[in-house]
Amino acid sequence: MAHDPKDHHHHHHDHDHHHDHTHSHAHDLAPLIPHAPPAADEKVHAYHQVLGLALKELLIEKGVFSADEIRKAIEWRDSITPVMGAKIVARAWTDPAYKKRLLADGTAAIKEFGHDMGALHLVVVENTPQVHNVIVCTLCSCYPRAILGLPPSWYKSREYRARAVREPRAVLREFGTSIPDNVEVRVHDSTADMRYLVLPMRPEGTEKLGEAGLAALVTRDCMVGVTLPLPA
Amino acid sequence: MAVRLEPGDRVRVRDDYPMGHIRTPVYVRGKEGVVIKALGRFPNPETLALGRDGLPAKGLYEVRFKQSELWPDYNGPESDTVLMDIYEHWLSRI
Repeated sequence: MAHDPKDHHHHHHDHDHHHDHTHSHAHDLAPLIPHAPPAADEKVHAYHQVLGLALKELLIEKGVFSADEIRKAIEWRDSITPVMGAKIVARAWTDPAYKKRLLADGTAAIKEFGHDMGALHLVVVENTPQVHNVIVCTLCSCYPRAILGLPPSWYKSREYRARAVREPRAVLREFGTSIPDNVEVRVHDSTADMRYLVLPMRPEGTEKLGEAGLAALVTRDCMVGVTLPLPA
Repeated sequence: MAVRLEPGDRVRVRDDYPMGHIRTPVYVRGKEGVVIKALGRFPNPETLALGRDGLPAKGLYEVRFKQSELWPDYNGPESDTVLMDIYEHWLSRI
């Protein structure tokens, strides 16, 4: 995404493949590329979508990268799910030393799970009885993609981006989340090189659950801060 | 070169509207906040967006704003806040 180029820095491939002009004109490849817009949408392609497609085809034609590399990159993106984030939260709930490392340096702590933030930094913010954290990116769609995958469409919507900083409590109520007035609602607007993840409070009545059982209570939305973990 | 800021410093965001890839949201420009943390130095996104190297790197600070400072009619407790990361050339100590 043009919005967030640094997300991709560490995924650049070597540009050592050759380009064969005798076949595989980029237009022939287009229908094979995963995630091509469905046919019904083709009529309403906005200007920037057409520009994006044209740029992609040109870069393939010029041999900067191949259609196969794009496919692999999309598959890699799609393999990241919020389950990864849930495991990190469950570890923090059960291992006080890990929680301390996670809050001190999220980027380093998620390496223990094999996750890499690339050029970006992960900052984990902890919900407490005094503070409820919410994440938004008012400027674009910055999101901790390395551990949650792609953001949901509501996270990228103009409505969420505008209202999360203007009337966060009303937005939270629409997600079914009511935060008492004696708790600070702290909204993090992701504007730069930091990506934010909410560490929710461990639900009551979960003392007997192990890491796997706890991870099952941790949803994507509670790591963005718009909901709370599922009850045990 | 901007002055080095410390946690606890009161700051005002530059009230300026230049063209380009600006990572300082319009709704905090001209507003007062408090530095929470110095985050280090990072390439300047305003020149990175032009295809340059983003150097010299800029100091990045986490700044806390009271909702009541951002929105005079904010409909919630006085303790509610917005935190965001702002580059040094957008901040001046009050």
